[in-house]
Amino acid sequence: MRFWKAWIVTTKDFSVFRKNKYIFYSIIAMPLMFGLVFPVAMLMSLPADTPTEVVTLILNMLNMYFAIIASILPTVIASYSFVGEKVEKSLEPLFATPTTDGELLFGKSLAAFLPCMLATYIGAAVYVTIVNSWSYLNMGVLLLPNLTFAMIIGLVAPLACILSVEGNVIVSSRVSDVRAAQQIGSLIVLPIILVLVLGSTLEFIPTDQLALILAGAMAIAVVVLFFLAKATFRREEILTKWK
Amino acid sequence: MIETENLTRKFGELTAVENLTLKVDEGEVFGFLGPNAAGKTTTIRMLCCLIAKTSGNARIANLNVDNPQDCLEIRKIVGVLPENVGLYDSLSAYKNLDFYGKLYEVSPQRRQENIKRLLSLLGIWEKRDDLVGTFSKGTKQKIAIARALIHDPKLLFLDEPTANLDPEASKTVRDFILDLKREKRTIFINTHNLDEAERLCDRIGILKTKLLTIGAPGSLERDVQTRKTVVHLQRVDDQIIAAAKKLRVVKDARTVDNKIVLDVDDPERDNPEIIRALIEAGGNIQFVTELRSTLEDVYLKMIRETGAS
Repeated sequence: MRFWKAWIVTTKDFSVFRKNKYIFYSIIAMPLMFGLVFPVAMLMSLPADTPTEVVTLILNMLNMYFAIIASILPTVIASYSFVGEKVEKSLEPLFATPTTDGELLFGKSLAAFLPCMLATYIGAAVYVTIVNSWSYLNMGVLLLPNLTFAMIIGLVAPLACILSVEGNVIVSSRVSDVRAAQQIGSLIVLPIILVLVLGSTLEFIPTDQLALILAGAMAIAVVVLFFLAKATFRREEILTKWK
Repeated sequence: MIETENLTRKFGELTAVENLTLKVDEGEVFGFLGPNAAGKTTTIRMLCCLIAKTSGNARIANLNVDNPQDCLEIRKIVGVLPENVGLYDSLSAYKNLDFYGKLYEVSPQRRQENIKRLLSLLGIWEKRDDLVGTFSKGTKQKIAIARALIHDPKLLFLDEPTANLDPEASKTVRDFILDLKREKRTIFINTHNLDEAERLCDRIGILKTKLLTIGAPGSLERDVQTRKTVVHLQRVDDQIIAAAKKLRVVKDARTVDNKIVLDVDDPERDNPEIIRALIEAGGNIQFVTELRSTLEDVYLKMIRETGAS
């Protein structure tokens, strides 16, 4: 696979996404809600003398939301990847170029992954700033980033995002309507969210170990789904069966 | 440049293209005529490695359309104008072409030169930074043609290049194709437009799932032709008709207003005898013309015969 070729597809998709207001605002809204509104609401409800351990426990649960954001955002972008091309009827000239399936899939996936992770990290940066401002003022310490947060942001969130992108790209290459792609794409994300939410409530496992277990499981799923995406991507079917 | 042997494509029970055997030489402009669902687009898609064949063989510039590695090479030397232009509406004309230029691995300098040359030739260089979504169908079609040529392909596939265009835009596109013909590019055109095929193509094939006939437009017309002599008279009466029908060289004669239309094998040889006979029968001849078969006659004859069989 030639990565420079995949990058051409990625940068083109960036240009198209930038012009799509629906994608643009969806990408901004969710991280801001999780990074700004939720922590502010939670911290405002805490008494100033709350013990540090309790605050850390609550924060460890909130941290997991960034992995959830990273898995939800691709349903907005990745659902446009092939369906968007179908809508514009641009797949035939695209397939006529000397570009391989792997390069197209990788380029499209990267175009969905990078803005989603960027938005997640911007939301996380806002979240860290708010939490640390509160903790410094009330406790005299900076609570974030801690090990759990670093593992979630550095490992679990990107893997959840890749998993969601792959799932959504597979769906996008098999349906012919953006809404259908988004709806089915949202269903694909549900198991990921379920695992993340359930995991964050398992108090008997230390959160940093839990993050590691989740990351390992997701890494395996990412590899499996990549090969599945390649195996199920059929140019001919996409060209001859779209309506 | 293009060689196919018994090329066949089936979609389930439906046969889209059956046993197509064809050879298109380098520098030739070849036209495929046929009704809707005749298999024209399917043929182009097979030849561009966009869809697989069911059986038979096809080679482009000695590369096999079966072989995935050859397919990548074929895509490098082939330019395609699909039936739907498929441009990105939210990008400018320049960015659309630049994107495809990169995918076709054209160097930045050559890309820039080619985009400028093609858009200038098509008269839309001034609109290069406008969003494609704001353009008319004709302008979009021109950009799609420029896209097909962005990498200077040896072989160009044009699927209905003037479909849905107004007469002015159609003429611009046709003139541009003629320019490409002068550059000795190999061009394969699918069209419904008989006049366009006749004007642009060196050879024409009529397809309706199977290849019904193939040849130069002139030779196809001669093949189906029963040459007709049309005699314009001041007045036509039964005596004149009878005199015409009595002639051995006349296969059939009918009247249309003040004209007699006569089926003959060789007008150059037979016309003097016909004219003498009509004058002797009292006919006042104003002038004599010839009615020639057109490509439309060939096309309709072929398609109807297939339909009847």
